[in-house]
Amino acid sequence: MGTKMIKNAVGRMVPTQINGQEAVPFMGVGKYKPNKRKFNSQIETSADYPLDGNKQVKSLKVAMIKSGLKDGMRISTHHHFRNGDLIANKVFDIAHELGVKDLIWFPSASFPCHEHLIQYLEDGTIARIEGSMNGPLGRYCSEGKMKGVAVLRSHGGRYQSVQDGEVEIDIAIIGASSADSFGNANGLNGKSASGLLGFALADSQYANKVIVVTDNMVEFPCVPWQIQGNYVDFTVLLDEIGIPEKIISGTTQITKSPDRLFIAELTAKFCDQAGIIKNGFSFQAGAGGTSLAIGDYFGKIMSEKGIKARFARGGSNKYLVKMLEEGLIDYILDGQTFDLDGVRSMRENSNHVWTSPFTSYNYHGKGNFAGMVDVVILGATEVDLNFNANVVTHSDGYLLHGIGGWQNCLFSKTVILPIPLFRNRIPIIRDEVTTICGPGELIDVIVTERGIAINPLRIDLIEKMKHSDLPIKTLRELKQEAEAICGKMDAPVLSDEIVAAIKWVDGTIIDVVRKVVS
Amino acid sequence: MQRENSKGIVGNYGFKIKGDCQIEFELTTEGGIEIEIFSKVKTFYGNSIRQLCITAMKTFSIQNACVTVRDNGALSYVIAARLEAAIKQVISSDNEILSEFLNVNHLASARDRNRFSRLYLPGNTPYMMINAGLFQANGIILDLEDAVSFDKKEEARYLVRNALRSQNFYGAERMVRINQGKEGWRDLEFVIPQKVNLILIPKCEDVEDIIQVERVIEEIKKDKNIKGNFHLMPIIESALGVENAFLLATASENIVAMAIGLEDYTADIGVERTNEGTESLYARMRIVNACHAAKIQPIDSVFSDVGDMQALAVNVQRSKSLGFQGMGCIHPRQIKVIHDNFSPSELEIAKAKKIVNAFLNAEKQGFAVVSVGTKMIDPPVVKRQLKVLELAIELGLIEKNWKDTYGN
Repeated sequence: MGTKMIKNAVGRMVPTQINGQEAVPFMGVGKYKPNKRKFNSQIETSADYPLDGNKQVKSLKVAMIKSGLKDGMRISTHHHFRNGDLIANKVFDIAHELGVKDLIWFPSASFPCHEHLIQYLEDGTIARIEGSMNGPLGRYCSEGKMKGVAVLRSHGGRYQSVQDGEVEIDIAIIGASSADSFGNANGLNGKSASGLLGFALADSQYANKVIVVTDNMVEFPCVPWQIQGNYVDFTVLLDEIGIPEKIISGTTQITKSPDRLFIAELTAKFCDQAGIIKNGFSFQAGAGGTSLAIGDYFGKIMSEKGIKARFARGGSNKYLVKMLEEGLIDYILDGQTFDLDGVRSMRENSNHVWTSPFTSYNYHGKGNFAGMVDVVILGATEVDLNFNANVVTHSDGYLLHGIGGWQNCLFSKTVILPIPLFRNRIPIIRDEVTTICGPGELIDVIVTERGIAINPLRIDLIEKMKHSDLPIKTLRELKQEAEAICGKMDAPVLSDEIVAAIKWVDGTIIDVVRKVVS
Repeated sequence: MQRENSKGIVGNYGFKIKGDCQIEFELTTEGGIEIEIFSKVKTFYGNSIRQLCITAMKTFSIQNACVTVRDNGALSYVIAARLEAAIKQVISSDNEILSEFLNVNHLASARDRNRFSRLYLPGNTPYMMINAGLFQANGIILDLEDAVSFDKKEEARYLVRNALRSQNFYGAERMVRINQGKEGWRDLEFVIPQKVNLILIPKCEDVEDIIQVERVIEEIKKDKNIKGNFHLMPIIESALGVENAFLLATASENIVAMAIGLEDYTADIGVERTNEGTESLYARMRIVNACHAAKIQPIDSVFSDVGDMQALAVNVQRSKSLGFQGMGCIHPRQIKVIHDNFSPSELEIAKAKKIVNAFLNAEKQGFAVVSVGTKMIDPPVVKRQLKVLELAIELGLIEKNWKDTYGN
């Protein structure tokens, strides 16, 4: 069967095959319902594992060899250590040393520290990456230098693709700041503590072989077991698995930029006036400087009016923890811990709960948490006049972000994107976005410093804001305003060659990324 | 065409310097026009930047030159200003590359408009100008004086000139702080033709400082056939200036406000500037009194700790209680605090309503004496309270016809 291009439900031409595997074009929100059984790994027998529970081997290399590492395998790692991760680089150093070729790296996200892997993409150790493409890796991929096509998925989509059987993980390597030799592990204790290990949940449950790597091997039992040792084949003790000061993200400070604070305040005012901030509500804001500021403004409004939120979804950070401790929030349902206050709170406070892409986002679950959240604050690089938004590519076509939980969060009751009307002379409202990552029907409000646009589908919000003193405008008006300031842009030239596919939360192809002509 | 240098370099370029560019211009003897563009936004604006360069070469009839643009998202009026300044480092010409004059920038400002806050913007930093108006300071000051280093003065003039034409400040009064003396007169040549609303004259000590500025403005107006008046705001920054306060305040009919600059003043009298401001109480009172005598607005100095909003609030309240009607600011965050604290408080408004209401009722009934409770109200008290209400109406704190719904 040959590859055909088909127009999907958001009007993008997408292929019917990616990397030789059949691909379903995006059919519309909630339309794709595969009629088959879930994938699962080979049945194991506990008789094959040591009765005393000690699965520790002497090195990562031994664990990888024992896991049957060979050419063409799919290897997964996770981004709990963010830009301080040492494991992924180590894993492929070993693969390279062993002369293994054509591996597929399946990370939950990549970071600039993984620039190290470009050499292995060049020499054929790694054939392709299926995961977020940031910084130098994004540039490499965008320029068409990677052998295979990159596949970008949301956090929920990653879980979905594993459960669906589309992605079979041969070896999962899970880094944990605390583990026992049986394989029970958590991210709460130890010098490399990162909070939770939710992104590795699918891998632990479904991968053919699972290796837990730690720099802090404790005596059984390691509790709480965020990763259950019963899923684990081998455990390894290493001197270091991450660089602690880089594990904790540098972005968890409220922005000092007057421009961003202005947008943050406008966003909070909008939520207040629209009646979203009310007793028992729930919200999710990211860990970027602007999102943190919005959370902070929420907190001020809540304190003033005596409002309590039932829960906040993390990315937790010191500001969210403070709200929990001051009683402004009943629960934090955390998907990722961004700073040490978050880690401490998760360890000590039973109302600070760790979640996973399964509970929060998975399309193949019997529901998930995403739709229960009243308001979610997200970023975007571009938005078109129909509210379709892009979060993975820059306007010049270069991949620069992963999808993260972005697509999954679009199912929240109100989705707000606070973004500057233009960044460094590049307007964010376009006739057509470079890459569609989320359909406009799920995106409700765009807040810019020069005006707020409400999706015409949200008649209720438009009605509520009818008499507002906030600058409510149409996307078209905002677009014209940006053009008047920045000037008319030339369109970038992209080639036909596909370098990456963007999956929707259900595993269908919502768009593709094309090679940049440089 | 006269050659001054062989090469001109202006502007700022660096990874962290957004919204600006650096232009290198070199006149050559052969080879035509060579334009090289390094820009983060070259994909989108490369052609427009090139076109701008070509237009500039035509404007100055240049046949052979090398132009290098290093850009990090500068708006087109910024690039134009940088280009012109670079070219004019090499050749002298009266031609100009004037950017678009936005309609909003033709508007004059009222003499007695509110001047609670005025935001200082360094005159050679274009990035900060883009969103400055959004923060809704009553005025924005493009500063050519202390915020611009000596070797950047000339290029800043082109930038400020173009910003006054092309940058929308969303209703803020467009002010420029010029340099002292002759440098300042040259500043005026750039800004007066752009319908700037107000000129801040720094370090005024002598009436002559103001008269000379006025004279230069008149000359430019005549020369360029410009109508209308330009508001002036002298800044007093020395002991001598303070002593001459009333003379300075009345030196020109175009003076609408007078400010005190406490950093320089405290240095002049050799004391430390404190948050409490005891050391400058006399100076400030002298300025306030002179301004009220001259029927202009007294404006207080900037508060320099941009991190401490509480101290700023206390400072504004003190300033208001002394009789000041505005204050400078150096960070957008300060604007709201300044506005909130200069505006009439709920208590003040309630009191004013009560007194004015009693006065109007008494007038209606033909009483000569007005009283609220057991207190007799003098006419000047009523007058002051009327002012409070006028301000509250203007700021949208109360309805214009508040009297209709006032319960009595």
